Amino acid sequence: MSKHHVSTTINGEPTEFLCEPQLTLLDVLRDELHLTGSKEGCSSGDCGACSVMVDGRLVCSCLMLAVEAEGHTIETIEGMARGHDLHPLQRKFLEHAALQCGFCTPGLLVAAKALLDRNPNPTETETRYWLAGNLCRCTGYDKVIRAVLDTAAELRGSDTVSE
Amino acid sequence: MLDYTAPSTVEEAIRILAEAPGTAKVLSGGTDLLVQLRSGRTKPDLIVDIKKIPGMSGIRERDGAFVIGAATPGAVIGECEALKRVWPGVVEAANLIGSTQVQGRASLAGNLCNASPAADSVPALIAARATCVVVGANGRREVPVESIPTGPGRTSLKPGEFIVEFHLPKRPARSADAYLRFIPRTEMDIAVVGAGVSVTLDPGGACTDARVVLGAVAPTAILVPDAAAALIGHTLDETVLAALDQAARRACKPIDDKRGTIEYRTKVAGVMARRAAVIAHERAGVRR
Repeated sequence: MSKHHVSTTINGEPTEFLCEPQLTLLDVLRDELHLTGSKEGCSSGDCGACSVMVDGRLVCSCLMLAVEAEGHTIETIEGMARGHDLHPLQRKFLEHAALQCGFCTPGLLVAAKALLDRNPNPTETETRYWLAGNLCRCTGYDKVIRAVLDTAAELRGSDTVSE
Repeated sequence: MLDYTAPSTVEEAIRILAEAPGTAKVLSGGTDLLVQLRSGRTKPDLIVDIKKIPGMSGIRERDGAFVIGAATPGAVIGECEALKRVWPGVVEAANLIGSTQVQGRASLAGNLCNASPAADSVPALIAARATCVVVGANGRREVPVESIPTGPGRTSLKPGEFIVEFHLPKRPARSADAYLRFIPRTEMDIAVVGAGVSVTLDPGGACTDARVVLGAVAPTAILVPDAAAALIGHTLDETVLAALDQAARRACKPIDDKRGTIEYRTKVAGVMARRAAVIAHERAGVRR
């Protein structure tokens, strides 16, 4: 089977890899590039654990072939913190205990960041709908929603959380 | 042995598909195709990714009509304010497909060619009299969206053919559409019933034109002329809506499955058709 040569930018770094055509972007991120923050939950686009950004769009990396990444810009959970400085969402997830086993957390963080980047003041309903494709079996979502809304308020420099 | 290619022109894609020795699959957003690849339900020898072809993704407005590239993701459709103003029902239907993540990839061509009877965008596109441009070795043809699906998982596309774009016609004044789907939860599910309605009103609010389409109640989305006839010539009072409801129910040929029984789907189809008609009518009233 012939391998394809793919050139991408991942978390700001020009990155090249060779891959077989049937591999998903998630397969290559985890197994080839050792970026194991993105998780494999369902492999069918239902759970959101593999969420990444492709050219500024939130996508499931399990629903994209790695070869499709040619020429595109990818951001993963590994690019979210700046060195030891956590992104405010990561800090708030810790403060609110918005995780238990942590398996869904990278996907939720990537998805929540995508929301706040386009809407700095989302309502709770908007936040719940936006994150409907990220499944969590531990925390029951409420703490996640509190953490996201609290982050949004902090980033806006406001104490009020949208209703 | 799977191979992948991403041609940069329509002509090249047509040639590759015509010459492909085994089974070739056209890839747009991939949110259905990748799931089928993984499950083994489809075992193509070649994947032809059309997204590198200019024009496959994006929305163009021409004299009040819209052209939507076959592989345009739902998220892009949802961000097009001009399209939302003129075809709010088409946009809300396209945006109901899957999660935010799925919206980042899923396309109208994929939703149509996957040929699920429950595909959300299809009833809305049919109600809108949308057409699609199909290309292949034998040339190019523009056909109504309803001519594409022929049954669950089956389409009228011939081997090597694929869709390059969708056309939505220019709208008369006082026209609007709406799409509603019923699912037992609020997100992340497949339609038990879907209903797309498009209307044009006279200055008094009576329907001069109507299209009513139901999804998930037959092997394909179905256009229901009797339901449209119940609307035409009338404003929406209870008698008219009851006639619409009746006509919608009569058109249903659903299956029993885990999402709903025949009886339940049939009843809900009438309710969804009514509610979608009321929304389309309200929208048309405020749209000049």
